[in-house]
Amino acid sequence: MSAPDQVTCSIDGVEITVPKNTLIIRAAEEAGIFIPRFCDHPLLKPVAACRQCLVDVASPAGPEGKLRAFPKPQPACAMTVTPGMVVNTQLTSPAAAKAQEQVAELILINHPLDCPVCDKGGECPLQNQALSTGRAVSRFTDKKNTFAKPLALTPLILLDRERCVLCQRCTRFAAQIPGDPFIALQKRGANQQIGRFDAAVLGVAPVDPAAAEAACDAACDDLAADGRPFAGYFAGNIIQICPVGALTSADYRFRARPFDLVSTETVAEHDSSGAAIRVDYRRGQVLRRLAGSDPSLNQEWITDKDRFGFRWQVAPDRLTRPLVRRGDEMVAVSWPEGIAAAAAILGAAANPAVLPGGRLTLEDAHAYSVFARAVLATDSVDFRARPASREEAQFLAHFVAGSGAGVSLDELAQAPAVLLAGFEAEDEGGVVFLRLREAGTKVYALAPLASRGLRRLGGTLLATAPGAEAQALSQLPDAVEGLLAEAAAALRGPGDENAAAESPARPGGVIVVGERLATTPGAYSAALAAARRLGARLVWIPRRAGERAALEAGLLAGLAPGGRPLAGLSPAEAESVFGRQLDLAPGLDVSGIIAAAAGGDVDALLVGGLEMVDLPNPTRAASAFKAAKVVALQVRGDGLSPWADVILPVAPPQEKAGTFINWEGRLRPFPQVLASTALSDARVLQALAKAMGADVRIGPLAAAHEALAALAAPAEPVPAPAVAPSPPRSPGPGEALLSTWHYLVDDAAGLDGVEALAASAPAARARLSAATAAAAGLEAGGRVEVATADGAITLPVVIDDVLDGVVHLPTKSPGSWVRVNLAAADGGVVRISPAPDHEEVAP
Amino acid sequence: MSALTPLLTSRWGQERAWTLDAYRRTGGYQALAKALKMDPADVLNTVKDSGLRGRGGAGFPTGVKWSFLPPPDGGPRYLVVNADESEPGTCKDIPLMMADPHSLIEGAIITSYAIGCHHAFIYLRGEVVHVYRRLLNAVSQARAAGLLGKSVGGSDFDLELTVHAGAGAYICGEETALLDSLEGRRGQPRLKPPFPAVAGLYARPTVVNNVESIASVPWIVGRGADWWKSMGTEKSTGVAIYSLSGHVQRPGQYEAQLGVTMRQLLDLAGGVRAGHQLKFWMPGGSSTPMFTPEQLDVPLDYDSVAAAGSMLGTRALQCFDETVCVVRAVSRWMEFYAHESCGKCTPCREGTFWLRSVLRRIEAGQGRPEDLQILQDIPGSIMGRAFCPLGDGAPSSLVSSLKFFRDEYVQHIELGRCPFDPAASYLFEAVTA
Repeated sequence: MSAPDQVTCSIDGVEITVPKNTLIIRAAEEAGIFIPRFCDHPLLKPVAACRQCLVDVASPAGPEGKLRAFPKPQPACAMTVTPGMVVNTQLTSPAAAKAQEQVAELILINHPLDCPVCDKGGECPLQNQALSTGRAVSRFTDKKNTFAKPLALTPLILLDRERCVLCQRCTRFAAQIPGDPFIALQKRGANQQIGRFDAAVLGVAPVDPAAAEAACDAACDDLAADGRPFAGYFAGNIIQICPVGALTSADYRFRARPFDLVSTETVAEHDSSGAAIRVDYRRGQVLRRLAGSDPSLNQEWITDKDRFGFRWQVAPDRLTRPLVRRGDEMVAVSWPEGIAAAAAILGAAANPAVLPGGRLTLEDAHAYSVFARAVLATDSVDFRARPASREEAQFLAHFVAGSGAGVSLDELAQAPAVLLAGFEAEDEGGVVFLRLREAGTKVYALAPLASRGLRRLGGTLLATAPGAEAQALSQLPDAVEGLLAEAAAALRGPGDENAAAESPARPGGVIVVGERLATTPGAYSAALAAARRLGARLVWIPRRAGERAALEAGLLAGLAPGGRPLAGLSPAEAESVFGRQLDLAPGLDVSGIIAAAAGGDVDALLVGGLEMVDLPNPTRAASAFKAAKVVALQVRGDGLSPWADVILPVAPPQEKAGTFINWEGRLRPFPQVLASTALSDARVLQALAKAMGADVRIGPLAAAHEALAALAAPAEPVPAPAVAPSPPRSPGPGEALLSTWHYLVDDAAGLDGVEALAASAPAARARLSAATAAAAGLEAGGRVEVATADGAITLPVVIDDVLDGVVHLPTKSPGSWVRVNLAAADGGVVRISPAPDHEEVAP
Repeated sequence: MSALTPLLTSRWGQERAWTLDAYRRTGGYQALAKALKMDPADVLNTVKDSGLRGRGGAGFPTGVKWSFLPPPDGGPRYLVVNADESEPGTCKDIPLMMADPHSLIEGAIITSYAIGCHHAFIYLRGEVVHVYRRLLNAVSQARAAGLLGKSVGGSDFDLELTVHAGAGAYICGEETALLDSLEGRRGQPRLKPPFPAVAGLYARPTVVNNVESIASVPWIVGRGADWWKSMGTEKSTGVAIYSLSGHVQRPGQYEAQLGVTMRQLLDLAGGVRAGHQLKFWMPGGSSTPMFTPEQLDVPLDYDSVAAAGSMLGTRALQCFDETVCVVRAVSRWMEFYAHESCGKCTPCREGTFWLRSVLRRIEAGQGRPEDLQILQDIPGSIMGRAFCPLGDGAPSSLVSSLKFFRDEYVQHIELGRCPFDPAASYLFEAVTA
């Protein structure tokens, strides 16, 4: 007897028990039987269009349960198994085999025989199934359908329509998974094709040639009037799920054969999700990245940033040799020279500080942590190369560091409700957005506008001015509180106390806090208080891949690895982690370090992979870097070369092994993809330590893990922050509060080398409400100048459903570099006014 | 006694038959008055008891279809009338709606009352603009007379009726594609289950019925199930419209009891074109296997036609005399199916494309002996493999033509040309240069 939610059936004589509602094709896979298919995809809803998976089915019917065969073969991809069902696939049923052969013959009649020049050749389900199920020689001798080729669906995604078998995986993905239905089936019969709106294809082009050209330009424009791209951030996935060579990547097309590629499973470095990816390289050159498969994480989807953003690792300014300043110039030198120069600067420093950046692996972060404390003897360490606050540091040290695996992505998606504060799921979370959307999780957002991402999540906006999140968190609407607190309510349920005791408590909702809350005083304190008050769970999702590992390694002033207060380490523990006893003055945080460097108090900076333009006030940071001696460990040279005194090259992720820790707290170890002589940050720091005569334990990789594992749970944890909310800032006439975040695809350095992706990124627009616009004399389609004392940004105006008195700008999109141009952060006060007629476009 | 039993067509010849006044003069809307006094369940049972079978082609019992609706849950339920008549040869619903639109409206109101629907739709084939106008006028007349809208006929039953014009796609006659199209989507058939009775229009319980089925309802409700059952055969009760077209003396719609034979109908229509003999005929539209004079005495009811190897379909009896080239006729139908294939599933999309290519070549005298094998095999790759019944039916005429007239295909291939003079089959004067 099987459990009530299990079904036992027979496939090709193999008895198999699977969960109820399992499709025949999935059940067959469980039994080790592969049924050919095209339209079927386990993560998409069945459509049964290609008919390649036809099988013979019989199921018990009538009062006696006599086996009754379906008169026609049935699509295995769309029919669920039922108790006692008998399925015969092509392996045991001549009828099913014949049906599949017939369909394969038809699928191939209009498919070109261009496998030798097709990207998919060698990894093509159609090719495989043509061999397993098709005829050796086609009987079709008439004229095949042809199409002009290729059609650009986006600048990066090309469609060769004659290769398409119309399985609709791409259109179903676009509609079902990210909710960006930018392509659809068009026309019918053998002329049916996939396409986006294209006046020429659809035959709606005007007759007048000039108008036709204009229409074509408009059709080729990837942006809607409000600046959003039609294809969205996840469109690249359709290339990967296409079962034929119809969809190809412009970036990879005609560049390699799959059988010449070496594939390595690894982890994406562009956000804190730690998505599983596959890197394909040939002769030491990475040619493409694909989504890996991790059902509990990114499933089989990745962002276009993770897919296409890998050229930054081999950008033209990639360093291979140390650079040392000689006057105004940076000169390439040998490694011993470079190490000696860096050691001399750091060794001579009276008061050094460390800004390692937020993109490190755990091993490299650990090396920085040890190097700062044990070699440089400083506690002025901060991984946050972005707007940050002391409250945030305390929150992270108290709540996140050393907490191990917290709320998982699975748990987040299944939570009764999720409240987003200072976090925009699609732009700042990538696959977090996809999983929330797939699960249909009830989402609430504290934000000044319902972003397109939030709308596609079916989320509810709790309109909150930037900077007012703390107040909002302390007085949430009752309905939201009820949902977040569901666990407590279930436990308090009246009556059946035994049942409540026996069944595990239903988990409460989840409050997600992002790094943007750092600019709102009291927000993290309020989030902690709200979680405690409601019994809700709390999770911090940063943007960068290395922030969680940096935190675990103790790259904050006063924080030891494992979430231990530095001051609370026993001598033995200090010895085991740092290799020596510590007696350090209290350290500074990122703004303290920059201020101290500008004022001359910090005389040397050790800088990891960060960009000046990401710091809260890049102009002030630049002068601080100018004033101090700077040793930088960088993959690429251009960013910091004007300010650095020594730059030591380090390996990008694909040229080293390491471990990211994603926001869940899950270790995401990855292997070295390419053979390389490049050194990891840890190896360089070890060499530096040696050159400085310090005897400390840095590396190998295992040592970092051992040192962390050896630490006991903190006896005396860092106390929770208790910062009172500051009164909301109220903008005066001609002013507005700034709402800003990084769009997923923007001017990020990680996207250098894939300009085509930038073309389908959302364009920078200033979004504000009709009332705010009217008060400032602005109108839709006009241009607004957003200004602070530090500069101005001029952008087209889009009237949107934004809270009155707020203007929203992307943080680092073309024409809108908020930190560089405004030196402002989320929640800051800016002036808004109609832009002068002579366009002064921000750099 | 004549075999004709004009009921549905009884008003067609009357003066301004399409007006509400004319309809009422001949007893129109009396069945509605009767139905509104009955319990909805009794109305449903009357239709169920009458044995009325769907007139759209498949012949599923109408009342049984209604009873598949789940019990009311307080949410909306819909009636959708399938008026997307577009099968080649089928021409019964359009004249019915043109001549007697109120019989459809009355049927729709009674049906809605029986199934608890408060918003019904008529999905009309878009090309027939004249019928669209006539339906819209009839609906507004009915509304002005209090037969639609709030308190239908003074009862406490409310009903909205929307006439929707499609865009002329054959696939939208398939009920689930019709529903997608009605919802504003691309018309392609849906995966079943769920069936429309459970999740149809806007994912709500929905009944989809053919025009003629719904127009039969007032007669059944007005005169009773037993009266209806007294006509037709045991399993194919009542009367139905037979549409004769092609090489007959008087083409048109002939209403008769189910079970009438083609021989009887041909007599009524004055026989085949003078001086010619019947060569083959289609019993139920171009998607049904063809018959020859041998089947003239097959009773035209659902089961007898099926037993004889075809389908009653929509009773679109297309007659072809000996001047007609079967290859040419089948080729035209295949052009239609290849053009109208919605493209969703491989067998119909690619199979009709392939067959069309081959038939075009054979007709043009470029056939090859191996083509016969293709024509023999490919229909088997479509039938029973396609997503929807429309795809399954697409090669029927070809398969049956090979059964009866294989020699003509061979002749085309061997001669390298068509042995027939197309002009000889014209029913109009051939234009000669």
